[in-house]
Amino acid sequence: MNERGKAKETLQACLKNGEFMVGLLILASVFLVAIFSEQIAHYGYTEQLVGPKFQPPSAEFWFGTDELGRDVFSRVVAGTRITLWVAFIGATLELVLGVTVGLICGYFGNWVDRVFSFLTDLTWCIPGTILALAVVTLLGKGLTNSVIAISLVSWASYARPVRAKTMSLKNMAFVETGTAFGETAFSLMFRYILPNVVPSLIVMVSMSLPATILSTTTLSFLGLGSQAPSPDWGLALSKGIEYIIRAPWLSIFPGVALVYTVLGFNLLGEGLRDILDPHMKAQ
Amino acid sequence: MKGYLIKRVLQGILLIVAVSILVFSLLYMMPGNPVDMIVDRKVSLEKKAEIAHEMGYDQPLPQQYFRWVKGIVVEHDFGNSTRYKVPVADLLRDRIPRSLVLCGWSLLIEMVIALPIGLLCAIKKNSFFDRFTVVFTLILTAMPAFWLGALLILTFGVGLKVLPISGFKGPEYLILPVFALVSASIAGTIRLTKAEVLEVLNEKYVTTATAKGLPKRTVMFKHVLRNALIIVTVQVFMSIPWLISGAVVIEKIFDIPGMGGLLLNSIIVQDFPVVQAVLLIVAALTVVCNLASDIVIGILDPRIRISMGGGDK
Amino acid sequence: MKETLLSLEHLSIDYKIKGGYLSAVHDVSMDLYPGEIFAVVGESGCGKSTVAHSIMRLLSGGNAKIEGKILFEGWDLRNYTEKEMEAVRGREIGMIFQNPLDSLNPVYTVGNQVSEAIMLDRVEKQEAMKRAIALFQDVKMPDAGERANSFPHELSGGMRQRVMIAMMLSRDPRLLIADEPTTALDVTIEAQILEIIKELKQTHNTAILMITHNFGLVAEAADKIAVMYAGEVVESGDVFEIFERPMHPYTKLLMQALPRKTKKEGRLQTIDGSVPRILDKKPGCRFANRCPYATETCRTQTPAVAQISETHRCRCFLAPDEIPSDRKGA
Repeated sequence: MNERGKAKETLQACLKNGEFMVGLLILASVFLVAIFSEQIAHYGYTEQLVGPKFQPPSAEFWFGTDELGRDVFSRVVAGTRITLWVAFIGATLELVLGVTVGLICGYFGNWVDRVFSFLTDLTWCIPGTILALAVVTLLGKGLTNSVIAISLVSWASYARPVRAKTMSLKNMAFVETGTAFGETAFSLMFRYILPNVVPSLIVMVSMSLPATILSTTTLSFLGLGSQAPSPDWGLALSKGIEYIIRAPWLSIFPGVALVYTVLGFNLLGEGLRDILDPHMKAQ
Repeated sequence: MKGYLIKRVLQGILLIVAVSILVFSLLYMMPGNPVDMIVDRKVSLEKKAEIAHEMGYDQPLPQQYFRWVKGIVVEHDFGNSTRYKVPVADLLRDRIPRSLVLCGWSLLIEMVIALPIGLLCAIKKNSFFDRFTVVFTLILTAMPAFWLGALLILTFGVGLKVLPISGFKGPEYLILPVFALVSASIAGTIRLTKAEVLEVLNEKYVTTATAKGLPKRTVMFKHVLRNALIIVTVQVFMSIPWLISGAVVIEKIFDIPGMGGLLLNSIIVQDFPVVQAVLLIVAALTVVCNLASDIVIGILDPRIRISMGGGDK
Repeated sequence: MKETLLSLEHLSIDYKIKGGYLSAVHDVSMDLYPGEIFAVVGESGCGKSTVAHSIMRLLSGGNAKIEGKILFEGWDLRNYTEKEMEAVRGREIGMIFQNPLDSLNPVYTVGNQVSEAIMLDRVEKQEAMKRAIALFQDVKMPDAGERANSFPHELSGGMRQRVMIAMMLSRDPRLLIADEPTTALDVTIEAQILEIIKELKQTHNTAILMITHNFGLVAEAADKIAVMYAGEVVESGDVFEIFERPMHPYTKLLMQALPRKTKKEGRLQTIDGSVPRILDKKPGCRFANRCPYATETCRTQTPAVAQISETHRCRCFLAPDEIPSDRKGA
């Protein structure tokens, strides 16, 4: 009853939270577009010369056509899948890295912890985008590599809170009971401590997703992420800017799509934070 | 204060050394050997060995590292660009000032706009102005810098035709890039200022200041703003490296020959000495900014000035 | 008969919260005369601090709904403009707070913070500093001259509270509100601070409204006392009379829980249960759920205030000589 009552209360709080609901609606629409992108798109995203080059938006080509005569609308629609994939992979990587390191440091403390602190200080020495650029240099260009690079740069933002929480939980009675029953360190970390960190993790993930998407898009924009002919929005925008005077629609529509999606994640994140972590809101 | 400073400086040096080791090893983390990156694939093995010897690549790694560091520290010699075939230092000499001018103006303008807005939002919380700012910053945070740049180009360069959109030939060429950079980071500063002022407004000492009969304005300026500024100042210093990374993107869009553009091109053509130099400089700048913010907090906040012999941020 | 300095008449304060109002203070009336120490006692959350802050118009958030009158020398402070209130604060009424570290601005020296108040009366900076140092001597601050240049965190808790007192005395107010002035301090310092407060009353004829949860403190210092429970004054009167003849069951329980000397035991935590949050004002005594003598009447009807003697009043059905809650006799 208690558990169910709590779940019901949370659900009601979600329904009442405006930010959360708007964010949810935005993301739902993005997801629908991604799922049905083949049905929605008028042409394949690599199909060239479906119409004249640099055709402004019209009844046939809603978002116009690009320098190769491709339908921009179809390419923007196809781009949703890439963006959502980036969000998913990025979040997973950051979570796995950050949570593991955070748990280990918080649990073992001492020199393990000190090495970790030094490493995070080190990643702070070079601003995110530039560090990601350096990592991509090592890994090579490409979407997957740039997502990996972004995750390698930003896992620390998960690790720190998890570490702090682990440290405070380590000495709680239920964990000590586990120790007394001879549970292994691994099981203590992942079965006893981790479940207690989950609510704040949900908030952290939803808050950092937009940043992950924006950083990855930036790498694509700089030519180090997705490569042609991918319909990646960042890549489309970098091409768009080359033709900005001749065909401004090339820069506008992928950008609007990107802002719409990121805004959805932002709203969802802030809503979730208010619901699950009320004291973080404070005022 | 002295002990605290010395500790901070030592930490900073340690970090820079660690970064320099990482940056140095960048060359060796790549597949293949460094000579292959300089010379053509057709060059004979003997010739390659000769070049390797000449460049010192046949010496043990620690020795190479020390030689590299010594070159930088003593002669400001960052090696030669493999692409432009000129010393890296020469490439940087013109480009660093341009990036600094871009970032400096951005920082200044950002603060001039963001601080009053943040303060006003906190004081008039839930007013129309505050709600508007909340929505506005929310949308602004969802916009990547490069798209903001594109929009600015479209509006002022293409649409209104009032400002130049690319190159770096005079002060007017700076306006759009600076505003693109400011727009990309201002939302965070507004939010931080607001949050900080709100927090200080809830402090008991603000109640005390009111209780002893100070007029509202004095309470606001002498007690609230002064304390909120401590954290905001830290933010200013911390945002400098962030601006530089934003500048990479902005310099590309507006075609400004600065450090960011150089880094980007060098990464694409794998011009390692340049990449190493830029990374090292950015890291050093970050550490210096951190240190500067620590010193400024020390001056602004007597609690730290006096007690912080140790501890961490 | 002496003029009252401060009188609260049927003061009620409700906080607007999600989906309704929280009744923080309900129908509180009390009279305070010049040169008197009046103690308001109760557990945390009983609304005593809210009363104190409302007098100075320091309730934060702007979501409090206030009814009733706050008369200071006959004028209702609630009708004052914000500018007029600024002139009252510090000048007419001073206030010291529970935690003197939080209550002092960490970035200014304590001398600066005291002289800042003095300078409001058009006093030159140097003169103000001199007076601040003299005040520090008045509150028995060791090395007063040197301490004036210290920052709050360099001082001990007792010294900080002395600074607060000096600051609030600097403009010679008629009334000093002391909100839990010694809670954060240890027993010996508490005694010293109390001594200073008592002296103040004698030398300056300052009235003191002391908010506390420490019954022992009341016994030592106060002339009059009001016991608050869940936003209401349940019993009030002369301190000797109440200690002699407590009427309200809550007061009686507090007495039983009383000290026998050590500070810790003097605190009101020995009664089972806690102060309820009153969300809807339905009839019934607010103490009924914790009262050992509660009857059916207590749960269904609201008790009126009974006048026991000229000063002694009690809000309980069980009190003898029940008289309607007309305040004439006060």
